[in-house]
Amino acid sequence: MSHNLESAANPEALRRVVIEPVTRVEGHGKVTILLDEQNRVHQVRLHIVEFRGFEKFIQGRPYWEVPVLVQRLCGICPVSHHLAAAKAVDMLVGARTLTPPAEKLRRLLHFGQMLQSHALHFFHLASPDLLFGFDSEVERRNIIGVIASHPELALQGVKLRKYGQEVIRHITGKRVHGTAALPGGMNKALKVAEVDELRGGIAQVVAWSQAAVKLSRDFFTSSEYSAAFGTFPSNHLGLIGAGGDLELYDGGLRALDAGGATIFDHVDYTHYNRYIREEVKSWSYMKFPFIIGKGAEEGWYRVGPLARLNICDRVSTPLAEAERQAFRAAAGGGLQQATLAYHWARMIEMLHAAEAIERLLEDPDLLGTDLVTRGARALEGVGVVEAPRGTLFHHYKINENDVVEKANLIVSTTNNNQAMNEAVRQVAARYLDGRKLTEGLLNHIEVAIRAYDPCLSCATHALGRMPLEVSLLAADGEPLDLLVRSAEGELSRPTL
Amino acid sequence: MSPDSNRTFFLDGQEIPFREGQSVFDAAMSAGVFIPHLCHNPDYEPHSSCRLCTVIVNGRPFASCTQPAVAGQMVQSDTAELRAMRRTLTQMLFVEGNHYCPSCEKSGSCKLQATAYHLGLQDNHYPQFFPRRELDASHADIILDRDRCILCGLCVRISRDVDRKNVFAMTGRGIHTVIVVDSASGLLKDSRVTVEDEAVQHCPVGAILIKGKAFEVPIGERVYDKEPIAAASVRRFQAREALTHG
Repeated sequence: MSHNLESAANPEALRRVVIEPVTRVEGHGKVTILLDEQNRVHQVRLHIVEFRGFEKFIQGRPYWEVPVLVQRLCGICPVSHHLAAAKAVDMLVGARTLTPPAEKLRRLLHFGQMLQSHALHFFHLASPDLLFGFDSEVERRNIIGVIASHPELALQGVKLRKYGQEVIRHITGKRVHGTAALPGGMNKALKVAEVDELRGGIAQVVAWSQAAVKLSRDFFTSSEYSAAFGTFPSNHLGLIGAGGDLELYDGGLRALDAGGATIFDHVDYTHYNRYIREEVKSWSYMKFPFIIGKGAEEGWYRVGPLARLNICDRVSTPLAEAERQAFRAAAGGGLQQATLAYHWARMIEMLHAAEAIERLLEDPDLLGTDLVTRGARALEGVGVVEAPRGTLFHHYKINENDVVEKANLIVSTTNNNQAMNEAVRQVAARYLDGRKLTEGLLNHIEVAIRAYDPCLSCATHALGRMPLEVSLLAADGEPLDLLVRSAEGELSRPTL
Repeated sequence: MSPDSNRTFFLDGQEIPFREGQSVFDAAMSAGVFIPHLCHNPDYEPHSSCRLCTVIVNGRPFASCTQPAVAGQMVQSDTAELRAMRRTLTQMLFVEGNHYCPSCEKSGSCKLQATAYHLGLQDNHYPQFFPRRELDASHADIILDRDRCILCGLCVRISRDVDRKNVFAMTGRGIHTVIVVDSASGLLKDSRVTVEDEAVQHCPVGAILIKGKAFEVPIGERVYDKEPIAAASVRRFQAREALTHG
């Protein structure tokens, strides 16, 4: 692992190269690389430079607002935040088990979200690298270049995303930031005409998804480069169905170590904080989660499509299951650890989402009107879903007046924070070290980050928990004073 | 009673009939002409405090909700100057409070939001005040979110004049004005308010809400999803007129 590139011993003596902003990702981040005179890499960090703070400003709001409020975290995966919050709020009204129509509508909504987000990432954000090469001419390496050279493929990407957005629109009233989930259920069923409309397009969506899986598989298996690029052993974590199925909406938590051994399995996600803790580092607004039992150094993990296909035993839809088996076979019996395998895994999930939508559209429960259930009230709720980018935790505590007092969000991208840093360090050490830097080489760093499909704007909420150091220096650089705030918010003034 | 054919005035050049005692606002709405308004609910006595319904009568500004219609008067409402004034007033309401439409359960059924759309608001123009106002969620069935209050006083008037409870009042001056609750603790839970009170049914914004109803109405079926505020208000006003005046 590349931990030794996190902090250089003598940063002041090194040359600093900055990639800012990291392009073709959601949100704003930057990468800093510290190099010596021989271009040897001494430090690489992925910094998240924007700050959102939703955990703080949810406080003081009534709990029923939260699922609608928190979806504004993101314009790409608002449904994931809406549903994770809704599941937490379900617990507050004693409705952890929903009526069949409500649960199926939520699952359909979530599959629509998965389909549109994965299509967006693969076709719009990642495909320029994969089609033209990581160091191809920068003027062409973008979605406009894809449209010019592969118009049919680009159009498929647009139409796949459109279909997912249409699923979302029919259920929530809008393609982005609608309303659907209520405490303990949903606010409307689908109409027959809406189901018929969606049925009309799903066969083509499944076919295009199959083609996308083939494209991503061919890309990954056509060169040994893919298997080596940004490849490192890590733990993997995600939700899992009761039978070990790939599960995106509701299940237990499973974590495997790099060798595939079980760290924990079928854990009730409401107890997530007995298994996962978050570390704060002074140089990023994004927290660093880790598995408590393995400690901060060894306990970091990966989430998202790669992790989900690594941890599951099967996929419940046949076409995606066949692709999963090919995916796992390519890893030679162990876990797939290659960063670029995320693209392949992501497309297998997109195919699964398309098949699952096709199956759900035949279910008459989607038209059912028994949409809301309630039980015994509670003052604390946890909701977890598998968002497109990985496991998403929402945790709320309310008071007797229904007002949120405390919120904790561990967003998918946050779970991958250390993994993305490992990936960029590994790529920097392998491809940049000692070489004259070019735009194409620097794009290798971005390719590694992009594979995780990070949503940086979703992921930064640790208001008041950022450790800070403020130094007062004399004109000649002599330190005069130092004020330090710890991650717990305590102020101290170390003796200089 | 139908309008007397001899009683008409001119609103933006259109001849508007009216009944004896009718306001300019009521006569206009009866005739199908919308005048933007926030503090006035035609089911209750007018108050003329929001000034959004200001019109120019014979060259002078008046609140149309309390200005009696007079035969032959020349009234202007839909002018560039008045539209600009109404936009400004509405922008000031947005910056005075904390109005976050994206997460507000009243969104789609809120008069302030719908009026902003009607007036073509593109932004708030003025710097936000970001006032610190207290949320009162103490009552089992009712929530008072002062962040969203536009101080129209409708709840104060209805609680006093219709419910006869005087649950709500205003205190403070200028930008420090807030709604207060008549109870020893100052909290709704200790007041005489109940969910049946008319005062809690007619808040034009999301300041007074019944708990347990949030987001029940899907997008597409909310009040102003179906038709814009001008058409919705005129249609409801005319239906009410048809009931009370045949």
